[in-house]
Formats: sequence, C-alpha cells, structure tokens
Amino acid sequence: MSAGAERVAQAGTVLEFDRVDLSFDVKVLDQVSFRVEPGETRVILGAAGSGKSVLLKAAIGLLRVDAGRVVLMGQDITRLEEKDLVAVRANVGVLFQEGGLFDSLTVGDNVAYPLENQQVRGAVPAEEVQRRVTEALRFVELEQTMDQYPAELSGGMRRRVGIARAVVTEPPLVLYDSPTAGLDPITANTIMALIAKERDAKGAASIIVTHRYQDGQIMADFRYNSERGGLIPAAADPSSAPRTIFMVMREGRIVFEGDKASLEASRDAYVRNFVRR
Amino acid sequence: MSEFFKALVSEWQDFWFLAGRAFANIFRSPHYWDDVALQMEAIGVGSLPIVILTGFFSGFVLAMQMSRALNTYGATGQVGPIVMITLVRELGPVLTALLVAGRNASGIASELGSMKVSEQIDAMRALGTDPIQKLVTPRLIATCVMLPQLTIVADFVGMVGGFAISYFSLRMTASQYWTPAYQILEFNDFVQGLLKPFIFAIVISLVGCFYGMKTSGGTQGVGRATTQAVVVASVWVFVLTAFITRIFVNL
Ligand SMILES: Nc1ncnc2c1ncn2[C@@H]1O[C@H](COP(=O)(O)OP(=O)(O)O)[C@@H](O)[C@H]1O
Ligand SMILES: [Mg+2]
Repeated sequence: MSAGAERVAQAGTVLEFDRVDLSFDVKVLDQVSFRVEPGETRVILGAAGSGKSVLLKAAIGLLRVDAGRVVLMGQDITRLEEKDLVAVRANVGVLFQEGGLFDSLTVGDNVAYPLENQQVRGAVPAEEVQRRVTEALRFVELEQTMDQYPAELSGGMRRRVGIARAVVTEPPLVLYDSPTAGLDPITANTIMALIAKERDAKGAASIIVTHRYQDGQIMADFRYNSERGGLIPAAADPSSAPRTIFMVMREGRIVFEGDKASLEASRDAYVRNFVRR
Repeated sequence: MSEFFKALVSEWQDFWFLAGRAFANIFRSPHYWDDVALQMEAIGVGSLPIVILTGFFSGFVLAMQMSRALNTYGATGQVGPIVMITLVRELGPVLTALLVAGRNASGIASELGSMKVSEQIDAMRALGTDPIQKLVTPRLIATCVMLPQLTIVADFVGMVGGFAISYFSLRMTASQYWTPAYQILEFNDFVQGLLKPFIFAIVISLVGCFYGMKTSGGTQGVGRATTQAVVVASVWVFVLTAFITRIFVNL
C-alpha cells in the first residue's frame, strides 16, 4: 500500500456524495448519494449523457454542485475555494475522457507535470522526478515515447500516457473516465489490465466510468499477478479481494448500486442493458 | 425573448469575471513569462507583414483620394497633415486592431477552444494550475505590449504610402510632405493614437480567451468559438473607437 493510500485508510471514506444536485440547463445530477471506501473499486455504467463525466468532475470540484455535499479525502469540498481545492485534488489522479494531455508538452513533461506542480507534498527533487516519470512510463510500457509529443501517439498509447500521469503521484484515489472508449478490444483489455495492476500494486481506490460491461468484469473477477505479470482470476488468489461495486446511472440518477452478482440478477430493463451474458 | 436576455446578461457577467481575474493575476505569482514571450512573438512578429502591407496601402489610397478633393481647393499641400491625422487618430489603430482581431483573436479562441474540448483546461485545474494565470494573462499582457507598437508601425508605413503618392504623383518634395504633417500633431493625438490600441488589445485578447474558454461541443464548437471571437472583437473595436473619439473631440 502506498503512503497516500495508508493516509486515507486512517481517514476513512475516500469520497462521499450526499444528495448531490447539479444542473446546467437541465438537471444533470439528481440526488446522487454514494460512498467510496479506501481501496474499493467502483464501476459506473450508464448511457451517454447520463451524467457520469459530470459526476467525476464534481468529485474533484471542477464543477460546483447546486445542492448536497461532496466530501473528498475527509474534507468537505462543496464550498471550498479553488486555491484550497488544490491541496485536496493532489490526492486524486484523473484520466480524462478526452485525454487532457497537454499537447504543447512532451510525454515525459506531461507525466512530470503533477510532480512538479503539486508542491503541496513538498518539492520533489529533479532527479527524483526523472526517476518517477520513467517508472510511471515503464508501468504503462511506454518508456520509449518520453521525448515524443502526444499528437504523435496512437489513441491507445495516449490513454496509457494519461494513466501514467494520473498515477505518477501514487494517489489514494484514481478516477478513470471511459478508459476504453473508442479502442479496439485488444487495446481496451490492455488498458483494463493496467488499471487492475495499478489498483492491486498500490491499493488505491479506483472509480471507473465505462459503457463496456467487460471492463467491470475484469475489475471484479481478476487480480494482477505481480509474480507472473498479467491478470489471473480472483478466485485463484482469494487473499487479495478488494471490493468491486457497480453503479448504474440514468439521466442523472443512480438507479442501481451493488456487487456484480446483484447486478447480474437485476430485473430492471435499463440496468440489464449494461449486463452481457 | 427573456431567455435571450438572461443568456446575454450571464455571458456579460462571465466576461467581466474573466477580465477581473486576468487583470488581478498580472500582480500575482506565478508569472509565466515564457508564455508571454511566446505570445508576443505570435502576435507581434507574426502580424508584422500584414500590418505593414495594410498600413502602406491605406496611406497610399488615402493620399490618392484626398489629393483629388484637395486639388479642387488648390490645397494639395495639405495632404500630409490630413493623412497623418487620419492615420494616427483612427485608421492606424482601427485597421491594426481589426487585423490582429482577425489573426489573433481567432488564433487564441481556437487554441484555447481545442484545449477546452480536449479537457486540457480541466486537467490544468486538476493538477493545480490556474488556467487564467497560465493561458489568459500572458495573452492579455502580450497583446497590450504588441498592439500599440504594431499601430505605430502601421502609422509610419501609412505615412510612407502617402508620401509615395505625394512624391510621384503630386511632385511634392520630402519636406513639403513631412514637415506640415509633423507640425499638425498635438499631444492629444498621441494620447488618442496610443490609448486606442491599448484598449483594443485588452478587448481582443480577452474576447478571444473568453470564447475559447467557454467552448463546448467538440470540434464544431471550436469553429464556432473562433468565428464568434472575431466578430465580437471587431464589433467592439468599432464601437470603442467611436466612443473614444467622441470623448477626445469634446476635450
Ligand atoms: N459544461 C456543460 N455545460 C452544459 N451541459 C453540460 C456540460 N457538461 C455536460 N453537460 C450535459 O450534462 C449531461 C451529462 O453529461 P456527461 O456527464 O458528460 O455524460 P456522460 O454520462 O456521457 O459522461 C449531458 O446532457 C451533457 O450535455
Ligand atoms: Mg462522459
């Protein structure tokens, strides 16, 4: 377990939404409540436009909620000012749906950015930055792209760089917005393996937004095997069994919350859309 | 209808909020001087050729048209002062501002718009960088520094264009053209001639940033933001020049 994850383990809940409302022209989040415990994996399913990305942005205060409470790392961020949010956000890694990689910076500089910028944890010395960037890029198997620009990479490679940037600070909570969207099945599975690996190596809580049921399945049923590399069925290694909770969103509301077995048992027609047998 | 006005008022508020933050950041750390330099180059050096071209021909055409009218009063000797006053007070600032609005307000809006739709601006905030400090303030500073200088270049090149007509077509000597032209200038003209580009610079850069930062709706949205930025910035240049001229005429 990383230092950050341990700190949160003491603090209790990683993220809590308490009856959160958020609207633009129409209501986008409607009475959303849930809690994420340290080390937990939460898979959010839902149709396009159901508010999944908005939920993730509200979780780190990029969007302001109209009502209700958002508690991140034990701190109520609902009405926190932007400058005070910086310190809380440093505990969260984010992979954005559209990537969010800075296209004016090289891959290496992109991954170094959180280390150099989030000075809240104290300045990281230059050689330490270099070491951790290399390590993060090695983690996603993209060491060789260090000096390239994001525009020179394929979609799958950009996603992996995004993951490297999200996890380079070893945050206790990582948000992944549609990590497999628009990717071929093989690349998508590679990405999910990386996310599972990050979870199992560092013990970070993960929130994964996706429309692919397999992604959730991988998180629920597989563990990263550090000895052989690659994923193994969780049943073969019962010692490490982080919780995986599924949540289904529809038009801004959470219409289902529960583990994989109850998701598969659900009789709700909308929920069943997201379950493949 | 009331929906439309509500949207307009809220947009107006958002704009002033952005403007306030951008100005406040000028006096606040961290300063991104590298970005300021980069923007100065894009705005100043990049616009120079088109500003020179346009400046020259506006002075050239102005002198040509004026000399015909002045000739009917036997007053062609006044062409220098007339070109000078028109350029320094109005044409230099306005033409330069319109060119920079077309080139840079659009450039800024499309650049920031792409960053917005690819969530780079969200990523910046998530990683502890204030996007206004990093993106808007450098563009504001760079435009405010470069636009007055570009305007001076346009004024000067325009005078040279007027001189070309006076020399070749009106057979005037250099001193016949330049001396009365310089003598006509008053302190007031300098103030007006430099205040305008400074204010236009604020409007152009902030309008470009504003439409860029509020881009939504993917690639199409970036195109929309770009067009809006140019149109709105240009309209404001016209409105403000009339307004400022009005103030100075009354002084
Ligand atoms: N910045 C915004 N301004 C206005 N509407 C927005 C904005 N962001 C998202 N929305 C709207 O909120 C709804 C939910 O969006 P989103 O969370 O992105 O959906 P998804 O579940 O596909 O990620 C959509 O109807 C979208 O149009
Ligand atoms: Mg989304």
